[in-house]
Amino acid sequence: MLFWFLLLCVQLMLGWIRASELTFELPDNAKQCFYEDISIGTKCTLEFQVVTGGHYDVDCRLEDPDGTVLYKEMKKQYDSFTFTASRNGTFKFCFSNEFSTFTHKTVYFDFQVGDDPPLFPNENGVTALTQMESACVSIHEALKSVIDYQTHFRLRETQGRSRAEDLNTRVAFWSIGEAFILLVVSISQVLLLRSFFSDKKTTTTRVGS
Amino acid sequence: MEMKAVVSSTGLMLLFAWLSPSQALYFHIGETEKKCFIEEIPDETMVIGRYRTQLWDKQAGSFLPSTPGLGMHVEIKDPDAKIILSRQYGSDGRFTFTSHTPGEHQICLHSNSTKMALFTGGKLRVHLDIQVGEHTNNYPEIAAKDKLSELQLRVRQLLDQVEQIQKEQNYQRYREERFRMTSESTNQRVLWWSIAQTFILIITGIWQMRHLKSFFEAKKLV
Repeated sequence: MLFWFLLLCVQLMLGWIRASELTFELPDNAKQCFYEDISIGTKCTLEFQVVTGGHYDVDCRLEDPDGTVLYKEMKKQYDSFTFTASRNGTFKFCFSNEFSTFTHKTVYFDFQVGDDPPLFPNENGVTALTQMESACVSIHEALKSVIDYQTHFRLRETQGRSRAEDLNTRVAFWSIGEAFILLVVSISQVLLLRSFFSDKKTTTTRVGS
Repeated sequence: MEMKAVVSSTGLMLLFAWLSPSQALYFHIGETEKKCFIEEIPDETMVIGRYRTQLWDKQAGSFLPSTPGLGMHVEIKDPDAKIILSRQYGSDGRFTFTSHTPGEHQICLHSNSTKMALFTGGKLRVHLDIQVGEHTNNYPEIAAKDKLSELQLRVRQLLDQVEQIQKEQNYQRYREERFRMTSESTNQRVLWWSIAQTFILIITGIWQMRHLKSFFEAKKLV
């Protein structure tokens, strides 16, 4: 029992293999880089999606500790890239909005390193699972992909909704602005026309006499 | 005797669970720079964030393992821009909150230190790990606490996942309603403002002609 707990503690210390999912705002002409220390042979996945801003595109670049570019895409809206770490070290991935002059972008990314930590410390993948347990494992994997799809759906919906809200405020603003401009232009037209005729009147009387 | 060992081991285990991430994602932040992250979550969802900061040591040319006295200010805003957490933490910190309204919560971090630029060239490395919803559950801990068998623990994990999916679906319904209301509002606005503008156009046209006609009649030009 004690041994089990100690093993658990060790497991917890080593078990920080997990997914990092963040949504952040990337201002115009800015570049944001993230780093992660990965050990050799770990299978990693980087997924990103632009949520709001401009044409919903961003540049993404993934480099290994040697500086070799593993993945480079310009102006991409959504992509997913899986790779296996070829060496130990710090991997770096950057999102760039340097091509944009005035739109900020909101970018979501999900960087998964390795597999999920196992639920039990004595599970080394060697012990055979019962039918029930393997059914649970497959349901767990399926639910994970459901949650993943849900996240992407939520992001697309956020995209559409923020555009709609933007449109809503813009319609109100511009309608009021146009009505105002209409009134101002029509009144000034009349006033200008009146001013022409006021001058002309003195010249016509001079000509007449 | 065994009970004592179990209790102390559980304590040790929980202590390790509290430790800041040593292998999480990290990024660099400037001295007064504020970094914000957005979490769009349904209501009654727990969020646990953990961070660890490291200061750049110019002399050693590397990052110091840990720096006491260096703090980070954490500010969390709810979807209505109301601040729900605004606290100073040390160089290693752990913050947690539960959302009460569904929507976009904003988690902002900035350093409170002003002496960074003097000693270090202004670079700070922040390791950050934010876990949301069912990822906040610590399954080995739950297994120990409720004394669950392997199968029971797996089923518990599945139940948590399904609960998260349900909450997200519910939130989706709420957002779709908001989207629909926004579209309806835009539709109404476009309709009424077009009518109003056409009306204003006609009225000003009529007014212009009548005013000018009376003006020319007064000037005896017509």
